[in-house]
Amino acid sequence: MFLSSLADVSRLQFALTAMFHWIFVPLTLGLGFIIAFMETKYVRSGDEFWKKTAKFWMNVFAVNFAIGVATGIILEFEFGTNWSNYSWFVGDIFGAPLAIEGIFAFFMESTFFAIMFFGWNKVGKKAHLTATWLTAIGTNLSAVWILIANSWMQFPTGMEFNPDTARNEMVDFWAVVFSPVAINKFLHTVTNAYVLASIVVIGISSWYLLKKRATDFSLKSIKTASIFGFVSLIVLIWTGDGSAYQVAKHQPMKLAAMEGLYRGEHGTPLVAVGMLNPSKTIHDDKDPLLFEISIPQGLSILANRKPGSFVPGINDIIEGGYEYTDHNGNTVTAVSFEEAKERGRIAINALAGYHEAKKASDEEAAQNALTNIRKNFDYFGYGYLDKPEELVPNVPLVFYAFRIMVGLGMFFILLFILKLFYLRKGTLQEKKWLLYAGIISVPLVYICSQAGWIVAEVGRQPWTIQDLLPIKAAVSGNSVSDVTTTLVIFFVLFSILLAAELRIMFNIIKKGPETKQS
Amino acid sequence: MNRIITNIWNFYYDGFRNMGKTGRTLWLIILIKLFIMFAILKVFFFKSELAEYDSMEEKTEVVIRNLTK
Repeated sequence: MFLSSLADVSRLQFALTAMFHWIFVPLTLGLGFIIAFMETKYVRSGDEFWKKTAKFWMNVFAVNFAIGVATGIILEFEFGTNWSNYSWFVGDIFGAPLAIEGIFAFFMESTFFAIMFFGWNKVGKKAHLTATWLTAIGTNLSAVWILIANSWMQFPTGMEFNPDTARNEMVDFWAVVFSPVAINKFLHTVTNAYVLASIVVIGISSWYLLKKRATDFSLKSIKTASIFGFVSLIVLIWTGDGSAYQVAKHQPMKLAAMEGLYRGEHGTPLVAVGMLNPSKTIHDDKDPLLFEISIPQGLSILANRKPGSFVPGINDIIEGGYEYTDHNGNTVTAVSFEEAKERGRIAINALAGYHEAKKASDEEAAQNALTNIRKNFDYFGYGYLDKPEELVPNVPLVFYAFRIMVGLGMFFILLFILKLFYLRKGTLQEKKWLLYAGIISVPLVYICSQAGWIVAEVGRQPWTIQDLLPIKAAVSGNSVSDVTTTLVIFFVLFSILLAAELRIMFNIIKKGPETKQS
Repeated sequence: MNRIITNIWNFYYDGFRNMGKTGRTLWLIILIKLFIMFAILKVFFFKSELAEYDSMEEKTEVVIRNLTK
């Protein structure tokens, strides 16, 4: 039956919550800066037009912020309720960044948010502008911490497992904060948010142009958003390349799923366009792709920066035996799934043995168990897996989500360039097809953004923490019906919230920038 | 010090008092949402599995049992 297991229902609930949360977050992250640019123009030029423009977009920002605020808290509820083993196991690693987020960034952003909205006639122009910039920076600082926590799950570093408490303890804060995965993830995520916000501004402004309303406002908003969006998209592509490189180093199975690659080779091509063979499994020799258009050696360059280098496929990772460069720069031979599973089971049994020995005050046995834990801890999570299939994420979902993300990204580059080109020519309002393209791009950019998260999160299955804790060991001991109940409540509540937001947002847009903003 | 606190109070007070219809609706939505989240969902539906154990030792014991069974 569909969603019959506790892990499946818990995953669905978490995925829906995270995806719902991510509807609001990116617009907040990006629109803050667009408003700050517009208000900077107002302060520099003294032109009231820019003040009015900034104020309109501030209203859109406020609706989005208000409906989205605290939706992420449900995720934290779910950690404790549905993922109690995981929550305990991650220890302070996850808690510390989230606490910093709560205390520092959230309060900073909320304080300046109030000045931004209530302070137009209360504080000076420059003080208000500072508050607007700090609100934008504050929202982005909030994102830093949660993305650091997420990155740690993809590439656990800077910690040590404490077998006495069964928790991971942070031993190197800076290794967690400045892990290459975290840096890339932060830059890639926020620039994605900037592109999303730019396209929302373009979409709404394009609608005004089609309705022949607020022409000056719309053209100048499109110009600001297109420049910001285009620059962000260039950084987005660069960090996307960096992310793929990090994925190749730390999560090769995710990269193989992204490419539908079952057997690696030297000089592996990158699939630009392709259709997966739905009957392909790890147990047959069928061609994984029904058709493809590939870039020769592209994947080898992306993964290793070397055209002729070897990129392992799904079966290679399961079977092991290929050479790769580890985190310390040493060339090592990959272990097979069976060996990793064996070593994982040794570590798990040693953990049980360690606690039994401690209870029996048998120090020697405890020491032996501890040695075994330390020696095999890198493979701890594999001990929970039974079959190699469990190591493979949902290949079609990851493969197609990756192509949707990249394909739409390419489309948005074209959109920004065309908008800027016709703006410069002074004929944008006559190009109805381009205005419609701007409007259609609004839902597309949300799909693109969500697709990125699907690649990142579905691609790392079965792991909640890479190599250390799979889904099946992380989940709590609830009943399926309990989790289904909270899932339904959550779904109804959040659907109402989303409907409320859209209604208020559409009302504001319909009234338009011509109306006095409240 | 008192003057600063009064100014901050007045700043927020005036801000909320002069807020338009959209602002008031948004605040209403936020308050309802937070009430549902913390007074209903958290209390009745999202109980932490480990919260029923008092000490760290008990919690550790439960997780170790779950992880090694």
